Amino acid sequence: MPGNFKRSINTDIHHSINRKKSSIFMNKIWLIFKREYITRVRNKTFLLSTFLLPIVMILFFFGSAYFAMSSKDSLKKIAVVNDPGMFKPNLKSDSTRMLFEFTSNVDSSNFDSKGYDAVLDLKNDSVKKTFTIHSKKQLGLDGKQIIENRLDRAFEKNQLQKKGIQKEILDSISKESMGAYTIENRLTTETGKSEEVNAAVNYGVGFGSGILIYITMFIFGAMVMRGVMEEKTNRIAEVMVSSVKPFQLMMGKIIGIAAVGLTQLFLWVVLIMILSSVAAAFLPAEMIQQAGEANKNMPGGMGGNTEMAMKIMEFQKDISSINWTLIISCFIFYFLGGYLFYASLFAAIGSVINEDPQEAQSLMLPITMPIIFAFIIMSSNLNTPDSKIMVWASMIPFTSPIVMMGRIPSGVPAWQLVVSMALLIAGFIFTTWLAGKIYRTGILMYGKKASWKEMFKWAFRKS
Amino acid sequence: MNILELHNLKKYFATQKAVDDISFNIAEGSIFGLLGPNGAGKTTLLRMITGIFYPDSGHIIFNGKKYDPVNDVSYIGYMPEERGLYKKMKIGEQALYLAQLKGLSKSDATQKIKEWFVKFEMQSWWNKKVEDLSKGMSQKLQFVTTVLHEPKLIILDEPFSGLDPVNANLIKDEIFNLAKKGSTIIFSTHRMEQVEEICDHIVLVNKGEKILDGTVSDIKNSFKENIYQLGAATRPENLMTYIFEVIKHHPNKLLIKLQHDHTPNDVLKFFINQDIAIHSFNEVLPSLNDIFIKLVEGTPGARQFQKVN
Repeated sequence: MPGNFKRSINTDIHHSINRKKSSIFMNKIWLIFKREYITRVRNKTFLLSTFLLPIVMILFFFGSAYFAMSSKDSLKKIAVVNDPGMFKPNLKSDSTRMLFEFTSNVDSSNFDSKGYDAVLDLKNDSVKKTFTIHSKKQLGLDGKQIIENRLDRAFEKNQLQKKGIQKEILDSISKESMGAYTIENRLTTETGKSEEVNAAVNYGVGFGSGILIYITMFIFGAMVMRGVMEEKTNRIAEVMVSSVKPFQLMMGKIIGIAAVGLTQLFLWVVLIMILSSVAAAFLPAEMIQQAGEANKNMPGGMGGNTEMAMKIMEFQKDISSINWTLIISCFIFYFLGGYLFYASLFAAIGSVINEDPQEAQSLMLPITMPIIFAFIIMSSNLNTPDSKIMVWASMIPFTSPIVMMGRIPSGVPAWQLVVSMALLIAGFIFTTWLAGKIYRTGILMYGKKASWKEMFKWAFRKS
Repeated sequence: MNILELHNLKKYFATQKAVDDISFNIAEGSIFGLLGPNGAGKTTLLRMITGIFYPDSGHIIFNGKKYDPVNDVSYIGYMPEERGLYKKMKIGEQALYLAQLKGLSKSDATQKIKEWFVKFEMQSWWNKKVEDLSKGMSQKLQFVTTVLHEPKLIILDEPFSGLDPVNANLIKDEIFNLAKKGSTIIFSTHRMEQVEEICDHIVLVNKGEKILDGTVSDIKNSFKENIYQLGAATRPENLMTYIFEVIKHHPNKLLIKLQHDHTPNDVLKFFINQDIAIHSFNEVLPSLNDIFIKLVEGTPGARQFQKVN
């Protein structure tokens, strides 16, 4: 009995010592984390970039939308001469893109002074069936195609009328048939449930989140590196490591900056949502009004507004069909995972550099290359999200955060997601361990820059 | 009692034996001088004592127990030679942060910082940024952050570099104060006149090895060359003797080296017998600077890289 008693006391003491040690360990990381977070969040550049970026983005989006809808720049006013008669009743003309006016006293020398963008001569070249259009500025492929298309349609209508079909019937048929059918692509998943997919929206969401991970990885990775360099050049590193382990210093910084990143992303999302709803509240009213006026002015306009409204509704439906919970939670995971994977490497680079920023450039290259490579893979193969290269790149931790985020909206088998996540976690534990060893030595080295060979030695020697 | 015992510490780097089998003890409450030329291994030794490096072999006893860096660092205050602060941080926050990392609670730390700031007339600094400070001022702040948590062992690497004489004296007085209150101070420098003034006990290292260990007066005595200075008006014909050898001769002053098996009293008798009035007579001990140069001289100024097996 006494033996047992003694042993239990011993283990108790042992446990409490261990607990005390680990609490000291965490407590110090917490202090470093707090300092890193607070000094960065209070920083003017942080505040500026957090509040300015959403404003700039909203201004850009709504501004360009506003200009696209309201400006008359895109409208081409075209004079039509020498109509043989069949085009005037049948040529589609609208007040938003292409306005055709049938006149007689306009020619290639005076269309500009009479306020036309171009003059279309419908005198038939009987051999090649070619018409000539004179303009000051090039029409562009798009404009040329639209005109050709409309002429073809007018010809078709004319021919049908000749065969005895009344114009009214023709008009109602063409109105009915426009957008009568749409195609939904449903995928049969392993569970047998069919899901609707919209390739375009998936592409957009995938590309958007991939690019966001790419950018944030660079921004916050570089922030870690600069933070480490600052500690080294300010000569505070040695003061710090006499109080805390270098690993704690590195981890506190990395986690602190991760929290800064999440805070910034969160604020961006909230601010963009608020600002866009504010902007949407008064901008569309104006636009709708304008569009309505244009409609009134131009009877027989194609009713572009209702068409657009339908498209917007469809888009909203597609957006809401996406599994946002999955995407957002995966985004947070891959943002953190990818960041942690690379941040410690950036910290290691920062620790071996002295004042010279050019040293940073050359040492950073091997770390930035895989990130850029991942982005290239993602952006050039996003049309085929299940291709071999995409599947492989979404597994390997070097590229997986960016590539997997590109794939997720189009649906990824669960096992691939699990493997990719597990590999990423294993990956960042490995890079952190590796970087920690380089960091520990690098941070106290002054004078010359470490070579790759030396860093390799530091990383793999026994401690 | 010894606060710190180093036993056969070794630390080899790829190209150098930075510390090669060094052992010494430091008594609690003493002011200890760690001397050595540049690159002798002082910083490596200090980094092992502060737990930044682990020794390759040998061990450290701190406060009677085996040294445990994770917990014991809170009893140590280290001001490295390469020292700095976070430039963008406010001074008060900076001091608070460093104190909390040493395990002080926020309220304790705040109170102690305020006391020190009053003592050093730094009260108005709290909300200023570190980058606004001059070198001397940030040095003072650095000293405060080093000793704030009342460490048992304070390690100061070149603490006076960059300080004007007034501030250097201020810090020197504080060092004495801290020692009086029971802290042990390790003082690393190559400025010998400061060592002579401040330290009780010194160790001299060169090329990673300990070459001298003892109290300042013992060391001086062991290096004395029986040189005496005599204040008396003499002429060359008064100095014909085997008792001593004249090193320097001024009309009113004389520097002599005593020959073996003679005592200072023989010298005095010799002059008294000649009826020469003696104004003063004292032994001239070598300065630490002389000893330092004598011991280190002949070794190459910069340490050469060597092969380590």
